[in-house]
Amino acid sequence: MRRMLLEGLFRRPVTEGAPTIADAEIEALAERLGVAAKARLGRSLSIREVDAGSCNGCELEIHALNNSYYDVERFGLRFVASPRHADVLMVTGPVTANMREGLERTYAATPAPKWVVAIGDCAAGCGVFGKSYAVVGAVSNVIPVDLVIPGCPPEPIDMLKGLVGLIEASARG
Amino acid sequence: MSTLRTALLNAALTVEEQKPWPRITVDADTWRQATLAVAAGNATLSGLWAEPGAVHMALLDDDDGSLMVLTLLASDGRFPSVGLTHPPAQRLERKIVDLYGLIPEGMPDDRRWLDHDRWGVRAPLGSSAPASADGATYPFLKAEGPPLHQIAVGPVHAGIIEPGHFRFSANGEIVVRLEERLGYVHKGIEGLLINTTLEAAAKVVARVSGDSTVAYSLAFARAAEAALGVAVPQRAVWLRALMAELERLANHLGDIGAICNDAAFALMLAHCGMLREEVLRATKIAFGHRLMMDCIVPGGIATDLHDAAPILALTMHIRQRFPRLVELYDNTASLQNRTVSTGRLLPELARRFGAGGPVGRASGRAFDARKAPGYPPYGDLDFKMIKREDGDVDARIWVRIDEVYESLELIEQIVDRLPAGPIAYPLAPALRERKVPQAGGLANEPRDSASEGLAMVEGFRGDILVWLRTDETGHVLRGTVRDPSVFHWPLLEAAIEGNIVADFPLCNKSFNCSYSGHDL
Repeated sequence: MRRMLLEGLFRRPVTEGAPTIADAEIEALAERLGVAAKARLGRSLSIREVDAGSCNGCELEIHALNNSYYDVERFGLRFVASPRHADVLMVTGPVTANMREGLERTYAATPAPKWVVAIGDCAAGCGVFGKSYAVVGAVSNVIPVDLVIPGCPPEPIDMLKGLVGLIEASARG
Repeated sequence: MSTLRTALLNAALTVEEQKPWPRITVDADTWRQATLAVAAGNATLSGLWAEPGAVHMALLDDDDGSLMVLTLLASDGRFPSVGLTHPPAQRLERKIVDLYGLIPEGMPDDRRWLDHDRWGVRAPLGSSAPASADGATYPFLKAEGPPLHQIAVGPVHAGIIEPGHFRFSANGEIVVRLEERLGYVHKGIEGLLINTTLEAAAKVVARVSGDSTVAYSLAFARAAEAALGVAVPQRAVWLRALMAELERLANHLGDIGAICNDAAFALMLAHCGMLREEVLRATKIAFGHRLMMDCIVPGGIATDLHDAAPILALTMHIRQRFPRLVELYDNTASLQNRTVSTGRLLPELARRFGAGGPVGRASGRAFDARKAPGYPPYGDLDFKMIKREDGDVDARIWVRIDEVYESLELIEQIVDRLPAGPIAYPLAPALRERKVPQAGGLANEPRDSASEGLAMVEGFRGDILVWLRTDETGHVLRGTVRDPSVFHWPLLEAAIEGNIVADFPLCNKSFNCSYSGHDL
């Protein structure tokens, strides 16, 4: 272990530079959020992930945000265990009938101001599962959605751009 | 099982057109005898599914990997329960009740399973009668004794994971009983596979469990190709195996890190997480998608590999870095203290439930679908089946560690011997020229136009079973999938018993069952 730690001191970090996001995108997002949250949140957001029916593909890529390449915490983004600690809900999956109440209760348990980010094509529009008796709809059919990050699954870098944009926007808002 | 197979074939009323293994229709007596044979361990139950008016049971011979499907017509809506004598069938039967409304006579557990009273419809794939959607309370099993308390967890969990409910009955720190309640991510996948195009069905099956998308697409493609009698070019066969091993590699690396992280050893997670990310980046370069979703299609593959250099660079890099992590795991006593002897799954239980993948192989069940039944190109490749006997968290980690090396070996062999040529044959002309089989289908479908295919593929969790019925144009009439987690979930309940509550995350992660693959 000592050798690995020592190596860690001398090797260059694998963590990559911050993604670039167009100013206009941030302005648009800030306008859309329209909440004066800066005073309360500063430049940090706590995120609670909710799987409302996903195939687990999106979860894998959300996990990847925590690895050393993306290192999401350096941007002030932190995944938390309880909706009570969260500013942002990241929701994946087409909302299944069996998860609808779970999602609604998680949303209700999150203190305001709060934002909902729908992650992936299923969360955005049910993906390939739209025609099923067991699916109630996209996330926006159940709770208000502030930001959609499409993809099947979206790549970590796309999610990072979206979330960093959200921070910037909330700081300006 | 060979004597059982002969007996069953002799008792068959009709033999249906299913490839490559037979599907026979039997009477209720033969169905019961088969059930008893499975309970006695003469064969492994590999799947149990239904359609309106019929139930199907897939039997697996552990030794040679051959499969056989038994069909019982349930014209009165009832069939003799398999779960009555063979507990691994119970949740599958509860699913059949919920989705099709067929009643397993004598079934010991009549609580609803996937149906949480939320769909607004009862038996959606059967009679489809309107029902309330208010949600029902679920009667959990009791554990008795004065000092017991209950801990309820989920469906929304603390981490970035899929939803499900766990109900612990604990005596102080000791878990007396764990009961799972699943079905939260039920998306109605079997319903989506009724009367649809091959392309649409392939997309749905690729999303049964996103972490195993390659294995599912491969199983679906193999079942479809068997049903339709179409061939796949050699280059596609080999590249499919390359994708499957890259997927296994990425998932095993992720699992090894995540299990250690649940014993508060974050260093392993950090390092394994980097290796996993590097695998995904290499697959993105090689095949255009990090998880290789929809890269395997019936008839071949969707994207060719133009340059194998990034993949070889990846295996070299992992060969350099990974042994040090293994050494670290092996030499850290505080970590071993958490994993050794924790969450022991008895070999007898693993055998009875037909536990596949690292969970089964860590408990002495020597089964790997790549070896038996086997499918190309694995017969031409040199690799070992990893097996351990201890059945604890430590054994499940070691099986994964050793399988990482085997996958590296396989990837290098495949890249080295990759045949040239086309990556897919167009399906349409093959289907036009194909001879229409003489038998197949059930009840209300025309008997001379349907054909069926069955495929078993080894995903990173274990053997995945896909069954498919198509008409002569390749249109999907009906299909089902069975995830290895179906048999792992009940075993997790058994493995945690007598362990402390704090070790549950560790045990759970070492099984790493799929919620979505189970709930379908």
